[in-house]
Amino acid sequence: MYQALYNLTSNTIISTLIVALVPLTLILLYALFAIWLERKVSAHMQDRLGPMRTGWHGWLQTIADMIKMIQKEDTIAADADKKLFNIAPVLVFAGSFAAFAAIPFSSAIIGSEIEVGLFYIIAISSLVVAGILMAGWSSNNKYSLLGAMRSAAQIVSYEIPTALVVLTMVMYTGTLSLDKISQQQTAYFWNWNLFGGPEFGLAKFILIPFMLVAFIIMFISTLAEVNRTPFDIPEAESELVAGYFTEYSGMKWGMFMLSEYANMFAVSSIVSILFLGGYQSPFGYLGNTLGIEWLVPIEQLFWFVSKTLFFVFVQMWLRWTLPRLRVDQLMTVCWKYLIPYAVANLIIVGIVTLL
Amino acid sequence: MTMTSNKKVYTDEKILKKLMEDSNITIEDALENEMVINMGPQHPATHGVLRLLLRIDGETVVNCVPELGYLHRGYEKMAEEMSYIEFIPHTDRLDYTATMCNNVAYVLAVEKLLGIEAPKRAQYIRMMVAELSRIAAHMVAIGTYAMDVGAVTMVMWTFREREKIQNIFDRLAGARFTTSYTRIGGVASDADDETLKMVREFLDQFHPAFEEMDKLLLPNKIFINRLEGIGVLNKDDAIELGVTGPNLRASGVAYDVRRAKPYLFYDEIDFNIPVYTEGDCLARYFLRGDEVRESVKILYQILDKMPAGEVRANDPKHVLPHKTEIYTKMEELIHDFMIINYGINPPEGDVFFSAENPKGELGFYIVSNGKGKPWKLKIRSPSFCNLQAIAQLCKGAMISDVIAIIGSLDPVMGEADK
Repeated sequence: MYQALYNLTSNTIISTLIVALVPLTLILLYALFAIWLERKVSAHMQDRLGPMRTGWHGWLQTIADMIKMIQKEDTIAADADKKLFNIAPVLVFAGSFAAFAAIPFSSAIIGSEIEVGLFYIIAISSLVVAGILMAGWSSNNKYSLLGAMRSAAQIVSYEIPTALVVLTMVMYTGTLSLDKISQQQTAYFWNWNLFGGPEFGLAKFILIPFMLVAFIIMFISTLAEVNRTPFDIPEAESELVAGYFTEYSGMKWGMFMLSEYANMFAVSSIVSILFLGGYQSPFGYLGNTLGIEWLVPIEQLFWFVSKTLFFVFVQMWLRWTLPRLRVDQLMTVCWKYLIPYAVANLIIVGIVTLL
Repeated sequence: MTMTSNKKVYTDEKILKKLMEDSNITIEDALENEMVINMGPQHPATHGVLRLLLRIDGETVVNCVPELGYLHRGYEKMAEEMSYIEFIPHTDRLDYTATMCNNVAYVLAVEKLLGIEAPKRAQYIRMMVAELSRIAAHMVAIGTYAMDVGAVTMVMWTFREREKIQNIFDRLAGARFTTSYTRIGGVASDADDETLKMVREFLDQFHPAFEEMDKLLLPNKIFINRLEGIGVLNKDDAIELGVTGPNLRASGVAYDVRRAKPYLFYDEIDFNIPVYTEGDCLARYFLRGDEVRESVKILYQILDKMPAGEVRANDPKHVLPHKTEIYTKMEELIHDFMIINYGINPPEGDVFFSAENPKGELGFYIVSNGKGKPWKLKIRSPSFCNLQAIAQLCKGAMISDVIAIIGSLDPVMGEADK
């Protein structure tokens, strides 16, 4: 996309700015929608209506909340470490925002077509942990500190099964580029990695159950990485008030929230790229059939967003259904179940791919 | 830089001494990483204003000290300055999740002191509202308990059912929350057929709704794992600490005041006392569910057996007359004036009466000196006694377990702090 814009404007600064603005706008638009969706999903699961007054079925509620948050006084506790306290939300948001640079929304809309996209995303999302630790430490609040410690322990632990599954997929697809992984799974839905990948043969059918295992491990561990129920112990409302962002107010709090929703989208998009073909349509494209070329990227955007939003919806669904795990149980799930299965899966998929 | 900051505070001698101190650090000191954390009084999961001081080592609770009294309003002292009738609205504010049960328990204590008895229909209505109130209170208990463990949806579902009960109270008493429905010698107003129909309709739809709630939580392995074997209170400790109600029965003691010392007409009703022997958080959850089912059973029997007749005892010196009669009859006007202004003047003596509340055994000890106001009124509040167990249960648990333990003991601070 950068190259296309550069050809159009022949100005590096303008094209860089536009490329950077596209994911930001997408995140903000998505966050507006996702927060509204979360409220509606929770409301309907709990026999409530949710927001109804602002706009049709309350769709303007998030905008109203944003305006409220911007207007709020920005309070900093007297004993807080002011520098770290102010940097933390920016760092957390930057971490989750930077991940969007490498995500292919469609074959045309991709911030940066780097070859090591997957690696980059795993690396850059670790920035979030640093931000969370900073927030917890600088708040000078025991609940925040406990939340931050829990969060760091959790994210670091769950990055291992995530990385193992990603390694499996990288081994299988032979590339780290998210765009190439998406391209490989083209045409019909049986070419998706979840269904054994594009190559037709005996290996495909052998791989299906193992891909399913990898998919489940990946989904569970990404759920833990974004601190969603049942792994929301860092911000366990009934235990730690709000965890690491207890002391935050106003737009800084809003940034934590925004990055939480952005993270949900980011991990969901990785799951959908790795296993469900990313932006590929399950049935082929209308644009190709009609011979309208510019329609194809738009269709791809549609498929990508709908697949990803489906996973976001599942995350919300789980949040309002399941209770929360305890810290030790959380670690048990990771170290005793997910990692051994992920390693076994890695070996088996490796052998099958070799043969 | 000011001058004072440049002033030498540490002389060489002091620094040397400090270094010597630091060199005496032992392994035990290095392992010392305990933190004291204040859980409450403003905390989302302490059910009001309970304050727990926790000494924690990482996530493990080493010690726990509960501190009560943040909602102390001095009801026992206030009672000495008001007539017996005036205190009825204050009983609403004890256990505010089960207002009707408190109303019933208090007037029964005063009636025992007076030596009068309400008509049978009034007694049955009292029994009905007490059981409805018990369901309402257990709905709050189960809902908030599940919410503390992380299942937020549950609380909305249980409050939905509680709302229906409050609608019945609205029709019956004119208020949804602070009911003040009972009167000395009867109840404020008769339950008409429409109300009884509402109760029956509620009961008919309640069973499937409650099953649905169980289906949300119980097949869930996370929920079971979080609660099983946590906060075990054994039988002897429970008796020694004075724990009553569901918490005692979950520890294997089949003590229920409705059976042990029958009041109202509970001896005419057929119901079981659910008992669990495990004494852990999960047992306390199951027990509340079973009690709700028993209450439904009791309510059906009450509705079937509901006798006809008056709802106020015929005792002009102690029981307030009907409002319509006050305006039309001289005698009633005089009695109303005397009761309101000078009180009901029970005979000298003292009385203790206790009733089975959703939280446990609620007792009133009243000492009368023959005047219109009680000389002393002592409230034995179950939440207060149940909270005695918390320090013992929390020791060695994790922070997440502390929340589950508080939720399972289900204290209501309005009652514990009085």
